Order: sequence, then structure tokens, then C-alpha cells
Amino acid sequence: MIRRLTLTRALVYGVLLAFAIYYLFPLYLVFATSFKRFADVSLSTMWDWPSPISLESFAQAWNGRPEANIRGIGDGFLNSVRMVVPATVISCILGSLNGYVLSKWRFRGSETLFTLILFGMFIPYQSILIPLVRFLQSIQLYATISGLVLVHVVYGIPITTLIFRNYYAGVPNELVEAARIDGANFFRIYRSVLLPLSIPGFVVVAIWQFTQIWNEYLFAVVISSTRAQPATVALQNMGGGQFTEYNVQMAGALIVAAPTLLVYVLLGRYFLRGLLAGAMKG
Amino acid sequence: MTRERRSILLAVALVLVLVLAACQAPAAPQASQPAQEEQPAAEEAQPAEEGGENVLEIFSWWTNPGEADGLAALFEIYRQRHPDVEIINATVAGGAGTDAKAVLKTRMLGGDPPDSFQVHGGQELLANWVVTDYMEPITFLYEEEGWLDKFPQALLDMVTYEGELYSVIVNVHRGNVLWYNTAIFQENGLEPPRTFDDFFQVAEALQAAGITPLAMGGKDRFEVAHLYEDVLLGALGPDGYQGLWDGSVAWTSDEVRAATELFSRMLDYTNPDYSAVSWAEAAGMVADGKAAMNIMGDWAAGYFINTGRTLGEEIGYVPSPGSEGSFMVVNDSFGLPKGAPHRENAINWLRVVGSREGQEAFNPKKGSICARIDCDPDVFGAYHQFSMDDFASNALVPSAVHGSAAPDAFAATVLLDATLNFVVDRDIDLLLETLQQAAEETYLGQ
Amino acid sequence: MARTTALPRIRAASRRWDWERIIPILMISPSIIAIAIFVYGFIGWTGYVSMTKWNTLLPDYTWVGLENYRRIFQDVRFQADIRNTVVFTVVFIAGCLALGLTLAILLDQRIRGENTLRSIYLFPMALSLIVTGTIWRWIFFPGNYPADPSGINLILAKVGLEGLQWGWITDPTIWPGSRPEWLKVKLLVPLALLPMTLAAIWQMSGFTMAMYLAGLRGIPDELKEAARVDGASEWQIFRLIELPLLRPITLSAVIILGHFSLKVFDLVMAMTGGGPAFATDMPGVNMYYTVFQGNAFAKGSAIAMIMLILVALLIVPYLYSNRQEEM
Repeated sequence: MIRRLTLTRALVYGVLLAFAIYYLFPLYLVFATSFKRFADVSLSTMWDWPSPISLESFAQAWNGRPEANIRGIGDGFLNSVRMVVPATVISCILGSLNGYVLSKWRFRGSETLFTLILFGMFIPYQSILIPLVRFLQSIQLYATISGLVLVHVVYGIPITTLIFRNYYAGVPNELVEAARIDGANFFRIYRSVLLPLSIPGFVVVAIWQFTQIWNEYLFAVVISSTRAQPATVALQNMGGGQFTEYNVQMAGALIVAAPTLLVYVLLGRYFLRGLLAGAMKG
Repeated sequence: MTRERRSILLAVALVLVLVLAACQAPAAPQASQPAQEEQPAAEEAQPAEEGGENVLEIFSWWTNPGEADGLAALFEIYRQRHPDVEIINATVAGGAGTDAKAVLKTRMLGGDPPDSFQVHGGQELLANWVVTDYMEPITFLYEEEGWLDKFPQALLDMVTYEGELYSVIVNVHRGNVLWYNTAIFQENGLEPPRTFDDFFQVAEALQAAGITPLAMGGKDRFEVAHLYEDVLLGALGPDGYQGLWDGSVAWTSDEVRAATELFSRMLDYTNPDYSAVSWAEAAGMVADGKAAMNIMGDWAAGYFINTGRTLGEEIGYVPSPGSEGSFMVVNDSFGLPKGAPHRENAINWLRVVGSREGQEAFNPKKGSICARIDCDPDVFGAYHQFSMDDFASNALVPSAVHGSAAPDAFAATVLLDATLNFVVDRDIDLLLETLQQAAEETYLGQ
Repeated sequence: MARTTALPRIRAASRRWDWERIIPILMISPSIIAIAIFVYGFIGWTGYVSMTKWNTLLPDYTWVGLENYRRIFQDVRFQADIRNTVVFTVVFIAGCLALGLTLAILLDQRIRGENTLRSIYLFPMALSLIVTGTIWRWIFFPGNYPADPSGINLILAKVGLEGLQWGWITDPTIWPGSRPEWLKVKLLVPLALLPMTLAAIWQMSGFTMAMYLAGLRGIPDELKEAARVDGASEWQIFRLIELPLLRPITLSAVIILGHFSLKVFDLVMAMTGGGPAFATDMPGVNMYYTVFQGNAFAKGSAIAMIMLILVALLIVPYLYSNRQEEM
């Protein structure tokens, strides 16, 4: 009995570890390649661990080749930061307000409205792309970081509203009721009852929006000029042209992935909660 | 009720404006100043110091070794003449500019033109940008600089619409060149093929020797169609090939069908992983001895030279099979978009592009020949002198894949898609009927 | 849930409460207006453009009805897109669900190092699809095998499995490859699509695992205990108790994964660009090229509307049923 059990357990661990390898080996390849020197990169040794370890490719990926006027992804990375921070902050504020209204101040038709808002989360963005470009052009925000921020805030409304609404649904109505009896108005209740309880909600939404906006590509490639180009576009451009050297491409991939990976490592618990909140209603 | 609703709407509008302002402020704090220039959209695109910074944004798809070096040489001349101007090299990678053109159109439609952009002289320039009123005529510049007799008339015609000139052609490439690895040919006792019969004999021998006969790309989506266009030229001759674009030869005709059969046979000798290989990587296969031949425009010359090969030694060249005496013209030019954010800088850029100094600096690196007729042959290597001679004497025909012979609606989508599909399914009827139908819809009957 | 609606209405008669009813609506209005314009307005506009003649760089709003739709459905590339979308969606969802459920069940066995393993399974979710595509493109680049393999073919060569080498993302084979009279593309499975699906599963299966794990943890132990007392085997417990209780999670997962796969764009752009031929092409990629390369705005809009309809077929019943439950 005991023996059979341990055998099963060994099998379970074996399978789990095998899948861990499936998830990790692309990452291994990225590290192994990006820390190689140019001279050491060749197809026949692509899976070998680099020796010596070199940061050459990271410098190239970040700076490009200035002497040939080829841009690295450094500028794109900074653009992404400039885009993602304000977009995330505004998303959080809007989502929190919407969630507050839709959970604690329902009105006739608010459920229908909520469903209509939610639909916006699922649409393929190709279906709004052309009018979006022309609209941004008409308000002079096309090909700017501000334009990208606006777009990400607007199309982030459904998911942020959903997460906050579900989050606030867990706050007992009695608390709101009690505050109202004390004479608190809409804003007072928000500030003194909901907001203090909201920190985890804000963290979840902020992480979610941060990763989504950072990783987004379609808007980034369509609504960006060279100057406002986010990191994902810079990386994709690098792959297609000058840098056929794989170590530079992989270094670039690692640089672009670093912020979201970092967030994931540091705040993984909340990240998971954001994912699940995005996945499941109510 | 209606009044209430209206006031709500008003409040909402106000809040929306505030949100918009909030969006803008932290993102680009410098951009919120009132736009004083004539081109507010452009002003927005360049969040910069007061009064608009002194920059020049040049849009191109020159990112590979050789072409990027040539562009850098042009920038160098510009910097010497205008040291105070900061040059922004706006490049989008990807072969014959497939991705770059997508980005460019987005920007042009979005009211955010670069100061000047790379465009193939011919239908790509005229049908896309001139007829649709996106470009400013620059005949005045040709007159000021005395360029009207410095370019061959055939080239000027390609960038002329209703009597006005619209761009400056910086270079001429030849599209119909077969590159081969001389060592492989010597070892196998082979001569470079001149005709289709030669080609199939050579390819058969190479395949028997275990060598990939013909390296082909496909990742950038244009390489297959490029090969097809060269085969059409080789099989139909210059007049027959021209007939495809003026409507005198139907895509569904017997000659084209026979040419397509040749094309299909050639595809049997290509590398199976072509779909993940870029044109540069395909040329690299020949350079590295992994394949014997590659049919590609002579921008490949720039690639070979910049990766340390000598043309005529390691790498040999002949016109693609059957196309001796014809010169498939591929050109690049720069124009002046309406609403260019820095118009003066852009005009100065065009002066550099059209100058003999600029063309002599650019073209040897790019692997092309001058569009001007007064360039010094001595600044070029043997291959380019050969190309200059042929350019002067051969029948000149426009490339469709590279934007001269047909508008994008045909050349940049249907032609590429249909040939990419053909590599796999080899359905000649489907290919030719698709092309004939698209030709009727896009460029015939105009 | 429905109780909350009663709150603001309690004293609806008084002026003060009236104002209190307006403020929440006022606060949510910017979002509603933004969604109305950016989602519904723009969709309407795209739908309108899809029925016009605007197929050059100059807008032309001449009405042509469903002509653009007729044309895209006759297009080889679009037919391939639909085929690929169906295959990709089915394989991707099935793969994610199977892998996610397996991992969740195994992780639920009181495993040492569960947190670490869970993090490993989940981390690809934090990556951009462009990064994922860049990495996997290299892994699946076949090289000139068997002589000079690269990527995964190289590993196969090193462990002595040369026989398993193939073209991966460059293999144009369609399996089984028959072509019905009324179609221009062969059916059914483009082999090059499978490695791409594997990359997508890599990205999203950890997420499915997390959903299932949360679901399993939500099943009360007493339920299982009671079944055990009644003599049920572990397999019976799984099949008769856990699996039915996980059904809502499976539904949610299918919705999330399904709408992801119907919209896939970045991954294709980074991995293959759609080739060979159209073996890995998707409607989103086709739309991008049709519009921004071929200048066919109306045709591209029609493709986008088809994408929207596909997504709506999946999402609208789901949203509607959720809404009903809450009323």
C-alpha cells in the first residue's frame, strides 16, 4: 500500500516537473542566447550555456547601431513607460468610480449598461481600428503617446469596471447604509468607506492594466510614429531587419519582458487574482 | 426631463474634456502648449521644446547592412551642410518595405506625414499619393538645381503627373539578376545558366550533388512574386512583359501560362524552409555555400559586399534566365508630402538626395547605380559598371512587385498573396484567373 | 444581489435623494459615453464602411451593400483564414483545457513546492505575445535539416531522434488535404499551424490551470469525504463530483480562450507573418494587410466585421445569460 502510494506520488511529481521544463526551456534559450557574445552565437551551439557571459547584446539591443542610424529598443522602452504609467493610473480611477456606482448605486438599466460596457472587453480591435485612427487624427492625438494613453484607458474601462464592481460587491451594503444614515453623500461614502478598503482592488487592477498595456501590439503599431513607438513595436521591428543576430533579438525580448516579469515575480499573488477576476464574473 | 438630460450631457462633456486633458498632461507635458504652427498634427507628433525643434524625419525601410550604410552616408552629407538639424531615422524593417508601407499609410491618413519618405517611383508614388493629393509638386526644385537634364527622361516620366514632377529618384536597382556561388559552380563543373533550359540542367546537376540549387526567401512576402516577375520577363521578353501592364497581354493567355509552368518547375529546386527565410537570409545561403543560386534584385550586391564578399570572385552574377537584354527597373525616390512638419529641412534633404555628391555616396553602399547620368563610374565596382552599361543599352521595364508597374491594390496584395499561395498549391488556373480578375479590377480599363 | 438597487430608491421622493440619484449617473457617464463612441459608434462606422466602395487611399462612401463580403468569402486567403481560425481555436482550447485541468489536479494533491510550480506554469501569461512569438519562432525555425538543423530540430538531432525532424512553422502540408468543389482552400489542418498553437498553449495554459485550481479549491472537502465514506473511488469522486462542479469554470475558460484565439494577431505577426502560403494566416492579420497595404478599407472593414460577428456569437449568449441570472 505504502509502496504503491509513493510510486503514484513520484509519478505526479515527475509529470509536474516535466511540464515545468516545457514552460521554462524557452526562457532558458532566451537567457542562454542573450548573454552570449556575437562571436559565440551560432546555430549549432544555440542551446549551450554562454561562456564567457557577456552583456554585449543587451547594449546593442538597447542602443541600436547609432553609426548606421539604426534605433535600438531603448527609446521604445521609455515610450512604453511614458504610456503605461498614466494609462494605468487613469484606468484605476475610472474603473473604481464605475465599479462603485454599478455595485452600490444601481439605477434602472444599470445592469444592462454594465453588460453593454462588458461587451467592449471582447471585441476584436480590428473592428474599431479605422474609425479610431481617423478620430484620433481629428482630435490631433494620432501618433502620440497621449493618444495611446487615451485608447488604452477607454478600452480598459470594461475590465477595470468589472474587477472593481466585483470587488465592491464584497463590501457589505450595511456599511454603505450606515454611512448614509450618518448623512454621508456619494463622494463621502466613496472616500471614507470604499476607498480605504480598495487598496488590494487597486493593486489588482493596476497590475492587470500595466501588463496588458505594456504587452499590447495592435494599437501600438497602428497608432504610433517612430517617436511614440512602444517597446513591443520596437522589438518586432528589430526582428525583421538589421538584427538577424539572434542574441540581440533575444536580449531585446528579455528587455521588453523584464518589467512585466518583474511585476509578476514581486506581485504574483495579485497578478493571479487579476487574471481570475478578469476571467470570472460575479 | 429634456433640460435635465441636457445639463447631464453638458456635465458629462465637461468631465470627458477633463479626462482627456488628464490623459494628455502626464503623458507628454511639453505637448500641451497651443499649436502655433500650421501643422498642428505634426506638432503633436513631436513633443518638443518651444518653437518646434529643428529636426528632419526621414521614413524608409532601409535597415539591412548596405542600405542602412548608404542612408547613413546621405545623412552624413546632410549633417555637413546643416549641422544644426537633428535627423530622425524612421525605419520600419521588413524586406521590400511591406510593413513600412503599412505604417506609412497609417501615418499619412492620420495626418502625421514624415518630412520625406522612401517611395518607389511609378504607380506606387502616383496612384497612392499624387493622384490622391497627398504630395506637393517639386518641379521648382528640379529647375532651381538644374536637374532636368541630369536624369534620364524615362525615369523622370515615372515620377511625373500632369506635367509636374513629384519626387527625386535617388537610385536604380536591377531586379533581374541571378547570383551564384562561384566555388560551387566550379566544383561541379557548371556554367551559370543563361536560358531556362540551362537553368534546369544546372539545377538538376546541383540537386544530384546534394546542393540546394535555388535559394528563395518568403518571410517578407515579396520574394516569391519577385522570382515570378523575373520569370515572366525572361519568358515573355520585354514587350510581352510590358503587355501585362498595358493590357495587351492577358494573364490567362497561353504565353503567360507557359511562363508560369516554368516558374512552377523552378520552385521545385528551392529550399523548403523559404517561408521563414528573408531575402537577405536567402542571399546569405548563397554566400555561405548552403545554396548555389539566388534570383534577387541587385540590392543583394550591397548585402554581399557588406558581408565581406567580392562580386565576380566568391559571388558571380548574370541576368536571370532568359532576360538578357532587359533591365527590370527598381527605383527608390523621395518626395515632399503636403504638410511636412519641417518643409524647409525636407527640401534641403531632397537637394542632397538629387545631388551628384549624394548619389555617389549613397549608391556604392546601397548596391545600386545612380539615377543621375553624370555619376563617376570609377566610384563603383565592376558589377555596378556592368549594370550601368546595361542600363544605358537594355530595354527598360518597370517592376510590379517593387511598385512601379501596377498600383498597390494589385502589386502589394493580390500579386503577393496569389504567388505565395501558388508555391504550395501549384494551381496555375487559380493563379492566372486570380491575377486577371484583379488586373481588370485595379489597373486595366483606367 | 438585487437588494442593492433598493438603496437609492428608498426616499426617491425627496429632492435631496433625487440629486443623489443623478450624481452616480453623472460619474459613470464619461465611461458610458466613451464606450458608446469608441465601441458601438466605431463598430457602426466600420460596419458602414464595409458596405461602401472605399478601396483606395481616398475615402469613397458609395454604397455597395454586401459586395465586399461576397468578395472576401470568394478569396482564397480569407477562406484559409476561416479554416485556420477554426483549427487554431479547437486545438488551442482543447490543449489549454486538458493541460490546465491536468496540472490543476496534480497540483491539488498537496504538493511540495506548489507555489513555485504554479508560478512557473503561469509566468508566460506575463509576457507580450510579441516576445513569445520571437522566442518560439527561433525554437521552431527548422534550419537546413537534417544536415544543418537549428532550434528544436537540433535538440532532436542531439538526442538521436533525427527521424522526428520536420519543417515546423515552414511546413506547408494541409492534412488530410482534400478540397471540396465549393472551396478554394484545402481542408483541414495546416501542419505549420500546430507549432504556433503550441506556443499559444504555452502562453495561456497556466492561466487555465489557475482557474481550475481555484475551482478545485472551492469544492468543499466534506462533499468528497462523504463520497469516500459511501465507498466511492477517487476516480468516481473526480468524475461524478468534481468535474460537474468545474463546469462553470470550463465555460468561463472557453469564453476567455475562445475570444483570445478568434482575435489572435501579434503571435502570427511575430512568428510567421501568415506563411507558408496562408497556412498560419488569421483574419486579424489579413485585415491589417488588406487595409494598410492594399488600401482596401472597405474590404478590410468587412473582414473586421466578420471577426466581430464570430466573437459575438461566442460572447453575447454568455453575457446575456449572466445578466439574466443577476436580475
